[in-house]
Amino acid sequence: MAARIQIPASAKKGEVVEVRVLIQHPMETGYRRDDVGHLIKRNVITSLSCRYDGVEVFRADLSSGIAANPYVQFYTVAEKSGELEFTWIDDEGKQGSERAPIQVT
Amino acid sequence: MRRRDFLAGLAGTLALPAAFADDDALDPAAAKFAKGAPVRKGRVKVTLPQLADNGNSVPIGIVVDSPMTVVDHVKSIHLFSERNPVSNMANFYLGPRAGKAEINSRVRLAGSQKVTAVAALSDGTYWYDSAPIVVTLSACLDES
Repeated sequence: MAARIQIPASAKKGEVVEVRVLIQHPMETGYRRDDVGHLIKRNVITSLSCRYDGVEVFRADLSSGIAANPYVQFYTVAEKSGELEFTWIDDEGKQGSERAPIQVT
Repeated sequence: MRRRDFLAGLAGTLALPAAFADDDALDPAAAKFAKGAPVRKGRVKVTLPQLADNGNSVPIGIVVDSPMTVVDHVKSIHLFSERNPVSNMANFYLGPRAGKAEINSRVRLAGSQKVTAVAALSDGTYWYDSAPIVVTLSACLDES
């Protein structure tokens, strides 16, 4: 599961920075049928979290109501230089993670 | 009946789909979520396009008016849909480290409806806003 994280490479201490996450995932709703009429099993990302140097700053519970290739944009305060770690898990139990460094001056 | 009166009446009935008639009423799913606590209108702003050609991916923005300090911040934002099979579309958990209570995402919508966002604040109060949207082609959940 590829993901694209966009955060500013550097920020001033205390600055509110924009974080954009785009994960490649079908977000299968569980209401669609395949060519032979069987329901396609639901497979959506149920949880997405963002940790800033180990401290959780954002978490989201998603459902089939979120579009395929989920995109979430939120904000966080640049505290100190470090790393933002994103983790997510889908209905099949597949976990994904991505990291993005941030330089705080 | 005069032709003029008839046309005026007809225009009135066509102008507003029934779903938007009581625009200020709180979504029952959202009311249930708050477990009886009062959910007041205000402080939250939901941004949705007025019309979406395709319900599979509709951009949505939620902004809550909050200083986002340790003593006064938004704890969570919850999205509700009137017509989706899963009414609670998403829950976002924030904290004082967010700095700004603003979320943007993309949702799936099964038809024209009203989308509601409820914000739970650190002082225990709930606030909401809703926005109507016309979806010409709804996200597929029909058995086709």
